[in-house]
Amino acid sequence: MAQRGIREAEAKKLILDHIDFPLEHDMVLVRPHSDISELRKEYPFLEGRLVAKPDVLVGKRGKHKLVLLDKTFQECIEWIEKKRSGPVRVGPVKGDLTHFLIEPFIPHDQEFYLAIQADRDADVIYVSDHGGIHVEENWEKVREIRVPVEETLQEEQVLEVLDHPLIAKFASALHKVFVDLDFVYLEINPMIIVDDKIKMLDLVAKLDDTAAYRNREKWGDVVFPSPFGTTLTPEERYINELDSKTGASLKLKILNPEGSIWTMVAGGGASVVYADTIVDLGHGSELANYGEYSGDPNQELTYEYAKTILDLMTREKGKPKILLIGGGIANFTDVAKTFTGIIQALKEFREKLIENRVTIYVRRGGPNYKDGLARMEETGKTIGIPIHVYGPETHMTRIISLALGGNQ
Amino acid sequence: MNDFDLYDKDSQAIVFGSQVNAIQRMLDFDYLCGRQTPSVAAIVNPIREGQVKVFFSQHEIQINEYRTLQRAAAEHPNAHVLINFSSHRSAYATSRAALETDSIKVVAIIAEGIPERDTRKLIALAREKGKTIIGPATVGGIKAGAFKIGNTAGKTDNIIAAKLLWPGSVGVVSKSGGLSNELYNIVALNADGINEGVAIGGDRWPGSDYLEHLLRFEKNPDIKFMVALGEIGGRDEYRIIDAIKEGLLTKPLIMWVTGTCAKVFTTSVQFGHAGAASGEEEESAQAKNEALREAGVIVPDSFDTFGDKVLEIYEKLKIEGTIKEAERPAIPRVPLTLTEALSDGLVRKPTNFTCTISDDRGDEPIYAGYKISEILEKGWGLGDIISLLWFRRPLPQFATKFFELVLVVSADHGPAVSGAHNAIVAARAGKDMVSSLASGLLTIGPRFGGAINDAAIYFKEAKDSGLTPREFINSMKDRGINIPGIGHRVKSVQNPDKRVEILSDFAKSNFPATVYLDYAREVEKLTTEKRGNLILNVDGCIAVAFLDLLASGDVFTDSEAREIVNLGYLNGFFIVARSIGMIGHIMDQYRMKRGLYRHPWDDILYDVKRVEWEEPGE
Repeated sequence: MAQRGIREAEAKKLILDHIDFPLEHDMVLVRPHSDISELRKEYPFLEGRLVAKPDVLVGKRGKHKLVLLDKTFQECIEWIEKKRSGPVRVGPVKGDLTHFLIEPFIPHDQEFYLAIQADRDADVIYVSDHGGIHVEENWEKVREIRVPVEETLQEEQVLEVLDHPLIAKFASALHKVFVDLDFVYLEINPMIIVDDKIKMLDLVAKLDDTAAYRNREKWGDVVFPSPFGTTLTPEERYINELDSKTGASLKLKILNPEGSIWTMVAGGGASVVYADTIVDLGHGSELANYGEYSGDPNQELTYEYAKTILDLMTREKGKPKILLIGGGIANFTDVAKTFTGIIQALKEFREKLIENRVTIYVRRGGPNYKDGLARMEETGKTIGIPIHVYGPETHMTRIISLALGGNQ
Repeated sequence: MNDFDLYDKDSQAIVFGSQVNAIQRMLDFDYLCGRQTPSVAAIVNPIREGQVKVFFSQHEIQINEYRTLQRAAAEHPNAHVLINFSSHRSAYATSRAALETDSIKVVAIIAEGIPERDTRKLIALAREKGKTIIGPATVGGIKAGAFKIGNTAGKTDNIIAAKLLWPGSVGVVSKSGGLSNELYNIVALNADGINEGVAIGGDRWPGSDYLEHLLRFEKNPDIKFMVALGEIGGRDEYRIIDAIKEGLLTKPLIMWVTGTCAKVFTTSVQFGHAGAASGEEEESAQAKNEALREAGVIVPDSFDTFGDKVLEIYEKLKIEGTIKEAERPAIPRVPLTLTEALSDGLVRKPTNFTCTISDDRGDEPIYAGYKISEILEKGWGLGDIISLLWFRRPLPQFATKFFELVLVVSADHGPAVSGAHNAIVAARAGKDMVSSLASGLLTIGPRFGGAINDAAIYFKEAKDSGLTPREFINSMKDRGINIPGIGHRVKSVQNPDKRVEILSDFAKSNFPATVYLDYAREVEKLTTEKRGNLILNVDGCIAVAFLDLLASGDVFTDSEAREIVNLGYLNGFFIVARSIGMIGHIMDQYRMKRGLYRHPWDDILYDVKRVEWEEPGE
């Protein structure tokens, strides 16, 4: 539910399919299971000199030496096979390079820069005749045009900052696509001109995925890949699946499966605050997960969510563990109701929780919270697990210091 | 109203969307803080108009519901706030309409997931019109003791605990709706409560941002210090810093930017809010907290000590004399609704209805304890469904098959019988299906189809009390009653009714015993001696076979059997069966587009006589 990056190949295809401007572009996306031998029959341009690069959501590929220039198809394939054989480190992040883009290698002299970014009151167009890998160092040469939100970019506006009619025409057509397809970010760098034709050599794009409902036909089956390096664990994938099937929100990210502090927090805002406070109080290395449930999930969903976390935290016996069932003061969510599924899961995991010496701290407010807290406390007594409960009279994150203080 | 306020104790709202619970919470708040008028003037509901009942204090009032905002605004020109609960798909159009309505000055948009471009267009329009948007993706805001948007701050117990009934000295602004309530609580625990609080919403482009509200708080003389909760992502916090540097914000500001945990994540994470994503260093929580601290904002070391900072500033301003503690009047009580009292176990309520045959509350309907999926798995049919829904138990196959047989033989008897005829006449008069069917069904009675149950009653009574067939016939003769189930207009001994043969054969070869059927056959022998058409007819045959079914085995006790007969269950078979035939006749007429039926004059004897009339007394 936000701005999401898409693959370069898909972004280029969206532009090619929808722009009102003569544009030709040869490319092929090599997917994890693409049959490479078949590609040559389908794409004659692969006989020429080529460029290959990973098409995953990772920035600054040039600087990270992830662009292969001026090679034959065979050389490209060998390089791709090598790059996709195992995890690769890019900057601080390690991940799999799953998709690759192969395009013709086009020798050129001048590189241009063209980008559009959505700002609060305008779309900002950035254009420069000093594009390429060093655009940031040459940022003073980048011209900026602000197009108010209800307007479209006119060729004359571009001509005022860059005397290049072809680029002006292209920029104006591109902005229409940007608006029409709910892009929020588009950056072509470099853009070159060969025989009076525009070529988009490298492109980064983000779409606004909240607009998906009205772009089904225009977007086709565009996918939003996870950021590079975020390979999901089966449990994270399971929670993602549950999340996508309901109007409620369920999120889970495992940070450190061996950590001793596990969280199950209600609310998008509160969940961040809990994770923050654990880190700020110096226990970041013990924080096992980030996650939240909100938007009034039903009993079945909270049960499945709680079960997933309880299962993860009771896999490896070691030091005593803490589970924080936290949350702010709900405005309208029935707290007792959302606890029903969690209590069901706690009862089911009784033995494992005892074996793993788990202590539970609960803090929540809002409609029916007293009933909810009483039921939690009662559950603790029934299953023989220490469950400490706190309401709105206790500061929201205080259970963190209470839990960690009591443990040390 | 003060120019720094968005709403006050006299403000009224129009609520878009039928959000009765949220409206009730607003009105409970109104009552508790002593408002004279309810804060909701009208409701817009595109699919319904009329009135909606809600409580204002102890009493119920009606709030008008309109199909369009234009109508609502025209009828309630004083309402200047629109609380928009429409979905993320329609919120743009409805909010736009609100901004274009002159009387509406503030639009609160609750929906989450509105496309960014739509929100940005709304922001541009609001700026052009000089209006304020709160949200999207928010719970709203609250002016303590004056006006509350929708579900903000939840139910009355929390509103009281969080000191929201009287204005305090603190202005609060946050993104998250959930955490705004938490902040009001923190301010209540550590100071004299908020004066005003706004949750601007978790989207990337909030309709109004932190600074807009902080600048209003700056102008409000009752607000002595301000509290804000920032968030990782975006650059809005830097606008606050710029305003401080320009001297536009001078009151103490306590602020914390959440998302400091992002540093332990190696990859970019999208947190719960659309606007909250880690990215550039300047947009990180650490950088923003540091920049705020440098600009003179009071930034705690972590969220954990947020409350301590509030207390510290509150105490300091009290000592300085900026804040004086005020006396608070007693809080009135809002009576519980029945639902609340029930859920708290404070009252019990007798039910008005009882049902013993089916239950629709679970995942799938349950008939007499059997889920419909289970029924289908067992391959049960219509006869079994009748067993479950009429007799509240599964019955053996000979019984369910018999039910189905009865439905088959009784489904139709041609267009000439009075029921079908009436249905056809009604259908041809242009009446709809249910009226035409009712017209036919209403014909069923003592002379047409309704004799089954009577036959069962008399035959059961006779046989059970030990009357011989002869004694039974005589007793009926003495009482002047024709025996129901005996006699047919057309059929006779020579021209037997095939349907009777089928039913009779089925009972003979499938029922454990046929005591009543045999008895009826003995009666028939005697009556047909008198006249050939006094045969056991189809009604009678169904009746006595049914009595045998009830008596067979140990499915029904004798008193249950008597009850079933006395309550008139048997007529149900004829009604269900014949409905099938009548619907067939009705549709047949529709299909052929037959016109209005008029009975010919020559088929009517007109025998009308004139009686002279004279005025009395002349």
